[in-house]
Amino acid sequence: MTKADLVEAVYTKLDGFSKKESAELVESVFEMMKETLGRGDKIKISGFGNFVVRDKKARIGRNPQTGEEITISARRVLTFKPSQVLKNVLNV
Amino acid sequence: MGLAALNTRHMNRSELIDSIAKRQNLPRRQAEDAVNAIFDAIVGAMKEDERIEIRGFGSFTTRHYGSYTGRNPRTGDAVDVPEKRLPFFRVGKDLRDRLNLD
Repeated sequence: MTKADLVEAVYTKLDGFSKKESAELVESVFEMMKETLGRGDKIKISGFGNFVVRDKKARIGRNPQTGEEITISARRVLTFKPSQVLKNVLNV
Repeated sequence: MGLAALNTRHMNRSELIDSIAKRQNLPRRQAEDAVNAIFDAIVGAMKEDERIEIRGFGSFTTRHYGSYTGRNPRTGDAVDVPEKRLPFFRVGKDLRDRLNLD
């Protein structure tokens, strides 16, 4: 499934929207989520799950190919925690 | 850096819908239908074990786990954990870059 399929789903659900408008709407939803997460805010979608931005400290890693030690810089990562509702839906 | 740990702000489904309605200048009901259609479609694909790839945002996949005998950590009793299927998310490049702009 790709964004095109999501555009199709929105197009089917909403009366009076063109494909182009549906595509803009889908784009807008993911853009809004990216901006929100980019600020470090969480997103909680009831019945789906939570997207949480976490800070990782710098740490020493190793290049598995050469064995050489390298510093892995501090960074932000995104984790997705599925809701219990979603987990139940996938295990009926 | 260091800010996310202190930052407890969050956006929920309803606030996402409100912000889309405002930005796209739409009645709330239409923004709601669109947001719900998107997440419903993603869940539908997960049920079919289909990979969902939203370029720039990330991808969802499902992973299957076999059953095993675990233990209740409090009592030590053996418990049978049935097989299960869990969703996984992998962040896309554009979003990962945006998380690390500062």
